[in-house]
Amino acid sequence: MSSTHSSRFPWNHLIGFILSIALTLLAVFVKFQTNFSDSIIMWIIGTLAIFQAMIQLFMFMHVTEGKEGMINVINMIYSIFLALVIVFGSIWVLTSGHAAMH
Amino acid sequence: MTQANTPLEYRSQQSQMNILGFWIFLGAEIVLFSTLFASYFVLEHNTAGGPAGHDIFILKDVLIETFLLLTSSFTAGLAIHFMRNNAKNDMIVWTIVTLLLGAGFLYMEINEFIHYVHEGATIQTSGFTAGFFTLLGTHGAHVTFGIIWISLLLVQIFRRGITEKTSSKFFIASLYWHFLDVVWIFIFTFVYLKGMVG
Repeated sequence: MSSTHSSRFPWNHLIGFILSIALTLLAVFVKFQTNFSDSIIMWIIGTLAIFQAMIQLFMFMHVTEGKEGMINVINMIYSIFLALVIVFGSIWVLTSGHAAMH
Repeated sequence: MTQANTPLEYRSQQSQMNILGFWIFLGAEIVLFSTLFASYFVLEHNTAGGPAGHDIFILKDVLIETFLLLTSSFTAGLAIHFMRNNAKNDMIVWTIVTLLLGAGFLYMEINEFIHYVHEGATIQTSGFTAGFFTLLGTHGAHVTFGIIWISLLLVQIFRRGITEKTSSKFFIASLYWHFLDVVWIFIFTFVYLKGMVG
């Protein structure tokens, strides 16, 4: 990957920015202008959010850059794994635990 | 990467370690925000007779906040681009634009919170509002800290120019700023869009 260091115009950033705006508007469109069921809408806009986070990570933050690029990626994957366990684990434990008490 | 095309902020061993350390800090921040998201998701349906998300959220205001923060993340990227091209003045201009957009975001968010309190949704109203204000407040506090941090760095850049040290500090601050935009994307999707009636 050619670094932004040498390029004259920051195309990477401009493309990332336009994609972010487009993904945001697409999420709003899917939410308010389509007739999918609620769960399908959440799956679609959730996927769009993940794409947008990837754009920030790779096109703006250059997560793979530098000598420690691989360590960064492993660190991010591990953190995202922990985040998913915390979010889905909490929802699972607290909703099923609450339901079991009735 | 050879020495010649290594960006200035990665030149010294110390700078490389600082940047790596900051990435590890961001990993910890992901986990911090995940706990706040988890408690929000668990509590969001417990409105205790108070307003729910779809009663108080206003799409237009939330979209303005989103575009302000998205654009500021883009201009922060531009500032780094010009820093790497050793264009100090361009870098300072885009950093000031970034800070103004960040301040605009905060202004909108504070107004939004005042509006909610007038609608009868304070942090003490229900499980939903407690989770909501804690998550959004923590993000807003991060943005506030980022504005102060980057303003102070701007003074250093202005006085000392783009050096190995200032570039590494500024690069780290830009990672922080982009990260706040990542958190906002998830707030926008899983708090606001999810909470509104389609």
